[in-house]
Amino acid sequence: MKDFARLFTELDETNKTNEKVSVLKNYFISVPDEDKIHTLAIFTGRKPKRQINSTLMKLWAMEVSSIPQWLFEESYQVVGDLGETIALLFPDTDVTNDKPLSEWIAEINSLGLMTEEGRKQWLIDSWNIMNRQERFVFNKILTGSFRVGVSQNLIIKALAEISGLDAATLTHRIMGNWDPASFSFYDLMQEQDASDDASRPYPFCLAYAIQETSDKQKTAEEIGEHLGDPQLWQAEWKWDGFRAQAIHRGGKIFIWTRGEDLATDKFPELHSFLFDLPEGTVLDGEAICFSEGQPLPFNVLQTRIGRKNLTKKILAESPMVFIAYDCLEFAGDDIRSMPLKHRRSVLEKLHQHSSYSGIFRLSPVINFKSWQELYELRLTSRENYAEGFMLKKLDSVYQTGRKRGDWWKWKVDPLSVDAVMVYAQKGHGRRADLYTDYTFAVWDGDKLVPFAKAYSGLTDKEIKQVDYFVKRNTLEKFGPVRTVKPQLVFEIGFEGINRSTRHKSGVALRFPRILRWRQDKKMEDADTIETLRSMLDA
Amino acid sequence: MARPLLQFNDNGIYCAAGDFYIDPWKPVDDAVITHAHSDHARWGNKRYLAHDLSREVMKYRLGDIRLETIGYNETIFKNGVKISFHPAGHVIGSSQVRVEHKGNIWVVSGDYKLEDDGVCTPFEPVKCHTFISECTFGMPVYKWKPPTEVHDDINNWWRTNASEGKTSVIAGYSLGKAQRILQHLDLSIGKVFLHGVIANTHGALLRNGIHLQEATRITSDLGRDQTKGGMVICPPSALGSPWMKRFHPYSFGYCSGWMTLRGAKRRRAADRGFVLSDHADWDGLIQAIDATECECVSLTHGYTASFTRYLSELGYDAHEAHTYYGGDEGVEEDSVLEESVINASEGEDV
Repeated sequence: MKDFARLFTELDETNKTNEKVSVLKNYFISVPDEDKIHTLAIFTGRKPKRQINSTLMKLWAMEVSSIPQWLFEESYQVVGDLGETIALLFPDTDVTNDKPLSEWIAEINSLGLMTEEGRKQWLIDSWNIMNRQERFVFNKILTGSFRVGVSQNLIIKALAEISGLDAATLTHRIMGNWDPASFSFYDLMQEQDASDDASRPYPFCLAYAIQETSDKQKTAEEIGEHLGDPQLWQAEWKWDGFRAQAIHRGGKIFIWTRGEDLATDKFPELHSFLFDLPEGTVLDGEAICFSEGQPLPFNVLQTRIGRKNLTKKILAESPMVFIAYDCLEFAGDDIRSMPLKHRRSVLEKLHQHSSYSGIFRLSPVINFKSWQELYELRLTSRENYAEGFMLKKLDSVYQTGRKRGDWWKWKVDPLSVDAVMVYAQKGHGRRADLYTDYTFAVWDGDKLVPFAKAYSGLTDKEIKQVDYFVKRNTLEKFGPVRTVKPQLVFEIGFEGINRSTRHKSGVALRFPRILRWRQDKKMEDADTIETLRSMLDA
Repeated sequence: MARPLLQFNDNGIYCAAGDFYIDPWKPVDDAVITHAHSDHARWGNKRYLAHDLSREVMKYRLGDIRLETIGYNETIFKNGVKISFHPAGHVIGSSQVRVEHKGNIWVVSGDYKLEDDGVCTPFEPVKCHTFISECTFGMPVYKWKPPTEVHDDINNWWRTNASEGKTSVIAGYSLGKAQRILQHLDLSIGKVFLHGVIANTHGALLRNGIHLQEATRITSDLGRDQTKGGMVICPPSALGSPWMKRFHPYSFGYCSGWMTLRGAKRRRAADRGFVLSDHADWDGLIQAIDATECECVSLTHGYTASFTRYLSELGYDAHEAHTYYGGDEGVEEDSVLEESVINASEGEDV
């Protein structure tokens, strides 16, 4: 744990990519293989099973800390991270221990056999033999809320430089369903991938956005300058579902989400068509709720995805299909290095031979002659139940991860309203002890009705100014939430809007975020609830 | 009930019996100043009373003011109210102001810390009936390491950077943190350079008879090779400014109590955050308040609400007071303060 905590500190102590890679390399070279694979597991989101939830951890920390509970709570609000709060509230000792990371993880994994009282004692004893930094890192591992500010790409880069393997191969090898107990560092480094398991997905190919925000709109001409001849490109609608990779291998099927969760059970409707595909097939596409020839709004999918049990009722209300747009493996061969044109024809053949064409759908290719034509068509995205277009170069290979150039997403501009900030709450992580999470309201007659929460979209400087305003214009405090004097107006953007019975305003927004701070507007200039309602019917 | 000896009004902390203010935030006739930071020593008062060691910095910052100064533990009377200054240990010249009238004793802490920083006169507790205390870091997550450890960390960081051919750039407020950093640097590692704003304050302190380690002002004719491997002390506002480019390649360190929190450090995008503060930490605040043996305590700038509640639960007659000093509830005072310094030094070679 000592080495791991030091790694964490050193990664925190630089903002430069090259230095981070070199820190990672030094670490990987110096620790035993068991620690290497555990580190890789943690950094790629494969945390040990959570044996102590954060509620219990907080409760026990409160019991042994020397301050009142309310003060513990307020400290937590200031720090914005439970693991860090506990690390800071306990005395910083010189005590340390030599137990390696892999042993700690083994202990954590064996907690399941202990009583609650036993776990509590173990946790408190553990805290007592660690210094502050070790305690912090340890808490993060325990609660599974591990974010280091190191992307998977950097880790792959470090490992690639050490091993001489290329980055794409390594990225593929650490995909999917492995856990550090059964997958050793040796397996990872093997040139011949003997341990390949049938479930392993390919790294998703990701697209860059052509325009990040609505104020950076691109004209058809600019697109043309950038992308060249439209003949070289394939355009498809960008579907608003769950990106998924569907696998049929070794007589089994697997469905992976973009976040690398194995979600086969969540999509029972897709099983038959997958079993029906030839052995050794991997498709990339969108799992999406679909009825009467049309995609259903995202919130239909959202309500079903959180459910543990998919009842008949839910399945009937949110029927699911798979809109396929790529084929990565055919007849057991990895065809990612073939051009898109070729992969598309393979996909179309698979589709032709499928007896489940209602469930296994093809993402239609859009005919267009000029970028101007596509630009105009894009404005009809919402009517077509899409978020805009995906543009893919016809001769492109299926890239590993996000690479600039071959795949672009060209989204439709968000919907937007001007709204007044009415509540504020402190943020977490980088935004700890700053008011960064705001609730916004629009006018309903002479009253302001809250309709959305948003966290992102302001610059650091603006956040600081808003924070200063909140601290000086608080009307009331409810626990961590402050009611703020209504005054500041912001333009709130969102991808979609739906009716909601759970919200006071009667509407629920999809992806609300702050587009800009309208310092030029007074609160009287904010939009009304009618404006929002009219978007519902549009 | 008799009128309190000191009251908070729109202008500042007012003593009606003596007709003067302590650290007023609006212009008044008679201002008693705890220390020379710009949120405590503001422009526009008719007469100032401050500590001897605040003299040159105040004159540099506020220009031609009517300023009277006295030493620690000396006494002065205003309209029959007895006033004396006592070391607050915050920055050079910083004082707690003790006010006594008809046997009633109040102390205004200004800003303070308990550790001896090796630069300013160390804090001395003053017994009183009512203590008006800052509580910038009045949350139990703020606990400082012994400063010697932090100074070692800074020197080690400098040594490593120098060996890698990098310049070390460290940020700290120009009055206080800058001198504290400078005095504990190991000059066998290399040369120290000062940003113009800090060099100005440095000069003022020298005029005031303070001894400081040798350092060179950064001017436009100083070449890149001359600063290479050196230590540059700059105000926080220099971070991210084009001025920094001349030191490339460099490592950037930030010195502040706020660096306790990982989030605050990440916001600053500093390579290194050194937890070094000129304010009392949680234990320091409680210890200081306890040592005054006061019956009543008023808490100004900081986590006032939480700290007031905590002291009340300990049995103090504690109150929250609203002021306009920096460092209010996690507002990073450095940036608020430093702005006025930068403005004040326009036209100088910074």
